[in-house]
Amino acid sequence: MSFLDFAHITKTYPGVKALSDVSFGVDKGAVHGLMGENGAGKSTLIKILSGDQHADEGEISIDGKVQAYASTRDAFDNGVIVIHQELQLVPELTVAENLSLGRFPANAGIIAARRMLDDVGAKLKSAGIDIDMRRKVKTLSIGERQMVEIAKAIMLDARVIALDEPTSSLSSRESEILFALIDRLRGEGKVIIYVSHRLDEVFRLCDSLTVLRDGKLAAHHASLKNVTRDQVVAEMVGREISDIWGFRSRKPGDVRLKVDNLSGPKLKTPASFEARAGEIVGFFGLIGAGRSELMRLVYGADPRSGGSITVDGKLVRATDPRGTIRAGIVLCSEDRKHDGIIQSRSVEENINISSRRHHTRFGVLNRASEIATAETFIKKLKVRTPSRKQDIINLSGGNQQKVILGRWLSEQGVRVLIVDEPTRGIDVGAKSEIYELLYQLAEDGMAIVVVSSELPEVMGICDRILVMCGGRVSAELTRDQFAERAILAAALPDQKTPDAIAS
Amino acid sequence: MTVQLKKILLGEQGLVVIFVVAFALVSALVPNFLTDRNMLGLLQSVVTVGIVACTMMFCLAARDFDLSVGSIVAFAGMVAVMASNYTGSILLGLLAAIACGAFVGFINGVVIAKFRINALITTLATMQIVRGFALIASDGRAVGINSPDFYQLALSKLLGIPTPVWVLAILFCIFGFVLNRTVFGKNTLAIGGNPEASRLAGVNVDRTRIWIFALQGVVCGIAGILLASRITSGQPNAAVGLELSVISACVLGGVSLAGGRATMSGVIVGVLIMGIAENAMNLLNIPAFYQYIVRGVILLLAVLLDNLRSSALGRR
Repeated sequence: MSFLDFAHITKTYPGVKALSDVSFGVDKGAVHGLMGENGAGKSTLIKILSGDQHADEGEISIDGKVQAYASTRDAFDNGVIVIHQELQLVPELTVAENLSLGRFPANAGIIAARRMLDDVGAKLKSAGIDIDMRRKVKTLSIGERQMVEIAKAIMLDARVIALDEPTSSLSSRESEILFALIDRLRGEGKVIIYVSHRLDEVFRLCDSLTVLRDGKLAAHHASLKNVTRDQVVAEMVGREISDIWGFRSRKPGDVRLKVDNLSGPKLKTPASFEARAGEIVGFFGLIGAGRSELMRLVYGADPRSGGSITVDGKLVRATDPRGTIRAGIVLCSEDRKHDGIIQSRSVEENINISSRRHHTRFGVLNRASEIATAETFIKKLKVRTPSRKQDIINLSGGNQQKVILGRWLSEQGVRVLIVDEPTRGIDVGAKSEIYELLYQLAEDGMAIVVVSSELPEVMGICDRILVMCGGRVSAELTRDQFAERAILAAALPDQKTPDAIAS
Repeated sequence: MTVQLKKILLGEQGLVVIFVVAFALVSALVPNFLTDRNMLGLLQSVVTVGIVACTMMFCLAARDFDLSVGSIVAFAGMVAVMASNYTGSILLGLLAAIACGAFVGFINGVVIAKFRINALITTLATMQIVRGFALIASDGRAVGINSPDFYQLALSKLLGIPTPVWVLAILFCIFGFVLNRTVFGKNTLAIGGNPEASRLAGVNVDRTRIWIFALQGVVCGIAGILLASRITSGQPNAAVGLELSVISACVLGGVSLAGGRATMSGVIVGVLIMGIAENAMNLLNIPAFYQYIVRGVILLLAVLLDNLRSSALGRR
């Protein structure tokens, strides 16, 4: 029996069997990868491990002892800590305060500040984490916050640390620091569960690997020595995917979108670019390079302070999303949860939200036509949902993304589709489906702008790449000029100060 | 609790089931409850709360709040009485009352949506301002109704059912339809669910919120007219604390204070549960002081139930 043991874990939600009879074990001092498509059951398994949810059947044991947690707090006390994608820190408190939260050293209720700083400082030092603990968490970069989360786990003497997609919003430099830290924890005999979509990272970091598919155990590798990447991908999707990009060349038509010297409060340097009908234009850059800011300006999500936008030669006067949608520009934003989905409403309502004016007469909705539209796009985009009435929050990330795409496709007359991080947090199978969809839309004459932090992705699917750095477009390459080194060089700031990358 | 029972109570229709059971129990246990006379009395007693709850539901569903409803009801009642006394035309009085209600609501909406002032603060302010106007207009005294026809609004009956109850029923139908079958209703729910995502999806968030508050004002105007007619005068101190009863009824009816979730059937049930509880306690001669406690307990229980239901559905 292993140190951490999952035995016959089964969990059913209304309408979905999230996990069925999943069993595997992880040894002490091992980093164990957990992979699988969205909806495969990784999150559910992690939730059960953290005490947030309860398994219908089966049990988890640590060091031979069966664990039964009533709450996440209970799991905490037993040394099981899960670090979620959304970090759980109090922004207004300092690093030291966050790390002492719930266990402030105090005399008669008054915090012993010196003792707190000493305690935290010692722990941070022994873990090799270099952060000014007097800084407020809100001033830290996402990478630094992640460090603080891990430091929290170390402070609590965690035996099992689960990391859910820890690098999804980190720069590659920040990721490196994280990996070093994970290596150190491994050396200390902790059990690390590493949930990720990124094969590179998993192969680099993990000692062993479990692959889930549709809530079942698809594969368990006690060692990754003789395992190939293709094999893991095949295990995840249940079929071989040879080329996930599946790029098809198209002949771009006339200029559809022309952005001229556009600037705004968050984008000081005016930016210009064009996208042609049937063309997929990629925007690559580090986090904070200004790509999302530029796209938000084009879409009218943020107010613009100068410059102009034309679609098919017609000037777009509107400065709010309502107007730009009517002008034919739509945006799928990078933060699905905050800017995309309406969590408490159904799949159907999330699809129809922006195109309702096409289904009404004097403000009264034609239900039949609304339902038909929703059903059409659920089918067309292969959205996996029990029904159109399901609350969107219960869908996996990939399926939520498809719903958002469905929202824009149900809008008639879209000419420019901007997708910011189209496949963030989305599994391989759904990725290919989304790429295929983008190709189809381009072939139908749409101009498509893809913003992505994943270099292979922009190189894989785009006809042309613009690189942004420090709020400016720093390079432009056509497909025959694509070269990893040239693109990366253009994306990196000249002075490689940490500030430039973090800001 | 058996699994079956749990399923029924925590399902989507749980509240309706509880309502039916409570109604049956009260009918069986409280003497004189299930009589025509008492039923009509009960319905008449919930008219004010019920009418205002229609639009409060929209307000809460959009993640907003309106504390000024009680004051608007009193003010609109005053305006209706004074304007009809002055002009000699009841119709003009009614129109003036509704217009005043709409105006206050519109101001609420503009301040909240355009100037981005917290709804709680804004309506707390207008609540006091409008109550002040009502007191000033009448110098703090009740104003009697001159024309007996005005009484008839509350006294008249159609098919044996008092007019105010008809008005309530019609408003329930109208707003149930508006919530589920119009762009306005769906947008309201979307805004409450996620305001930023709604804006980025092209919903006119500001305009929708202004409309919600303006409608709330109109509906308060109607409630104020019916109330004035029933108490045969314009009372500047009428409907004090109404906002809390209305919000209680909505929450009891499963409207989420976090926004994005509301049903008309739920609100109707919430209004009726409050009415039945009060009615039954009156019939049982429970002193008014104790009734406060019972009402508070019912509200707490309902919210706890709603909480259990959400977690049972795996929403959090």
